[in-house]
Amino acid sequence: MLTIENLQAKVEEKDIIKGLNLTVRPGEVHAIMGPNGAGKSTLGNVLAGREGYEVTAGSVLFNDENLLDLDAEERARKGLFLAFQYPVEIPGVSNMEFLKASVDAVRESRGQEAYSSVDFIKLVREKSKEVNLPADFLKRGVNEGFSGGEKKRNELMQMMLLEPTLCILDETDSGLDIDALQVVAEGVNAQRSPERSFIVITHYQRLLDYIVPDYVHVLAGGKIVKSGGKELALELEKEGYRWIEGENA
Amino acid sequence: MTALLNINQALSAQAAADRPGWLVQRQADGLDRFQKQAWPTRRTEAFKYTPLRSLTDHEWQPTTNQGAIPGIQFDHWHDVRIEIRNGFLTNVPTLPDGVALKRFSELSEDERNSLSRKLESQAVDFLFDDLNQALVDDIYCLSVAANIAVSKPIHLDYAMSGDQQIVVSQFLILVDANAQATVAETFTAEGGAQFINANTAIVLSENARLTHYHLLLEEGDIRHVGRVSATLDRYADLNSFHMAAGGVLKRKDITVCHKGEGANLNLNGVYLPIGKEIIDYHTTLEHEVPHCTSEEIFRGIISDEARAIFNGRIHIHKDAQKSVAEMNNRNLLLSDKAEINTKPELEIYADDVRCAHGATIAQLDEKLLFYFQTRGISKAEAEVMLSFGFINELLEALTDDPVQQLLRPMLATLFAQKKAELARHII
Repeated sequence: MLTIENLQAKVEEKDIIKGLNLTVRPGEVHAIMGPNGAGKSTLGNVLAGREGYEVTAGSVLFNDENLLDLDAEERARKGLFLAFQYPVEIPGVSNMEFLKASVDAVRESRGQEAYSSVDFIKLVREKSKEVNLPADFLKRGVNEGFSGGEKKRNELMQMMLLEPTLCILDETDSGLDIDALQVVAEGVNAQRSPERSFIVITHYQRLLDYIVPDYVHVLAGGKIVKSGGKELALELEKEGYRWIEGENA
Repeated sequence: MTALLNINQALSAQAAADRPGWLVQRQADGLDRFQKQAWPTRRTEAFKYTPLRSLTDHEWQPTTNQGAIPGIQFDHWHDVRIEIRNGFLTNVPTLPDGVALKRFSELSEDERNSLSRKLESQAVDFLFDDLNQALVDDIYCLSVAANIAVSKPIHLDYAMSGDQQIVVSQFLILVDANAQATVAETFTAEGGAQFINANTAIVLSENARLTHYHLLLEEGDIRHVGRVSATLDRYADLNSFHMAAGGVLKRKDITVCHKGEGANLNLNGVYLPIGKEIIDYHTTLEHEVPHCTSEEIFRGIISDEARAIFNGRIHIHKDAQKSVAEMNNRNLLLSDKAEINTKPELEIYADDVRCAHGATIAQLDEKLLFYFQTRGISKAEAEVMLSFGFINELLEALTDDPVQQLLRPMLATLFAQKKAELARHII
């Protein structure tokens, strides 16, 4: 599904990703852990196609297509979803309006018919109930005045509506208390399927207690320096990132 | 010396008319003052960023057409629609109880003098007021009697049609003690080059409440210059919304004066110049007495090579203790060649007041655009939605849905320009 080879990228003239390799097959959940400044969030932004994140070498194939050739919105339409660490607030654009524009665009690109307004409202109400967001939030500005937990649940709901095949969760645990974390993790787990893959970017092992990965990779200095099964996360938690840095020194 | 503005044709036609004495005098006074004033240049502070070339490059003629001109109709509003065509009152429907519409020309001398004094009390030294006085043929006065709450909104539907014409109007809106009303003024135009000089003066008596819309929606080869002034007596409440879009040049001076304690003002507005349009709002809030409140929010979106000017002045007089006044002006520039000149001015002579002002200029936030894109929404569409969202906050605050319903599709078309199909997302 996703094949990253020797990816190198820079932000504001600073090399951040320095030769990263990663293969994700359908249905797999990969956790990417690493110390602050390792390039974790940069990887998410590069894959999602953010401007200003310049790929200087390497390749990324997404379902046999060169992902790096596509604009951010085309990547989203082809099934890539980035759940943000800090979802932005958009006053003046209502959630409902935003969701409709988003789902319409993605469905259109897939050759699916647009939902009628009535059907869409019904669908969104249903989904918002599933992620435990109050109905009145649909009329409010996107993420406007939402708590950290509400923002993450809104991301989850967008994911449910867009039905992506590859989800990148960028530090989804940040800013969440343990209860909110459980709710979001349960939602993510419910989305797991043989066709859908996840890249879970996180600093702490905690999230991986709830979203159990198939593979764990340690990102440090812009490269994956160690890969293993879920037990690697526990080891990291025990030893700290210095253990990895020591090993690679 | 105002020879730069060519109104000779317009004046001579006036002279030929059979005018009553009071009008002859009033017009002569206006013309005299107008002619004594210097024509504004870039060195004139009030017009520093507002070139008036588009006014001086025509020989303005008096309007000839008072016939049927389509104006604007609100949907589902049950409004009382008063037609003003090329500056003349042409159609007055049955008015709700307690509402009267009078022409100065029909009033007794005493009545006229009394209303003239109200008008004059709001006069300021302003070139285009003098021009208005020199040319206007009649003054219209809409009044709401004391203790009447008018449930139906009153719509002053100004529509213009012609070429090379100057159109002037002066409305006086009186809301008597404890009365309530909603008045919507809309301006539209068709035809060729036109110069509109429209003034509205509002007098709110004690505890009167007015919701007021002043919407400059003329498109095409149109210049619109004029003033909206208001005085608020004790506990009066004015809720005012302004909008300007389209045309070559629009310049509105808004002056609100708190004359009685406990008066409250909410003044909001949006301006949306595109192409090479110039839109200029100059607002002045005068707190003359204690315990009054004002909240002002203006937002602008400036596209292409357009230019906007916003000047927001708050003047707290020496005796106006416990004044609360806040003003905020935010601007969104959508192109490298778009220009905004914004200037908040606070003049405070009382020592126990709460005042705040702020002005910001921004471009569309790249972080927000990226968020849209990661959800499959194209950058172009995201720009439209974000621009709309920027002023939608003010639209949503409007208490009258039909006004929102009128403006939303207009704005959607404006932002989407040729991407009209995108308007479907604005629900």
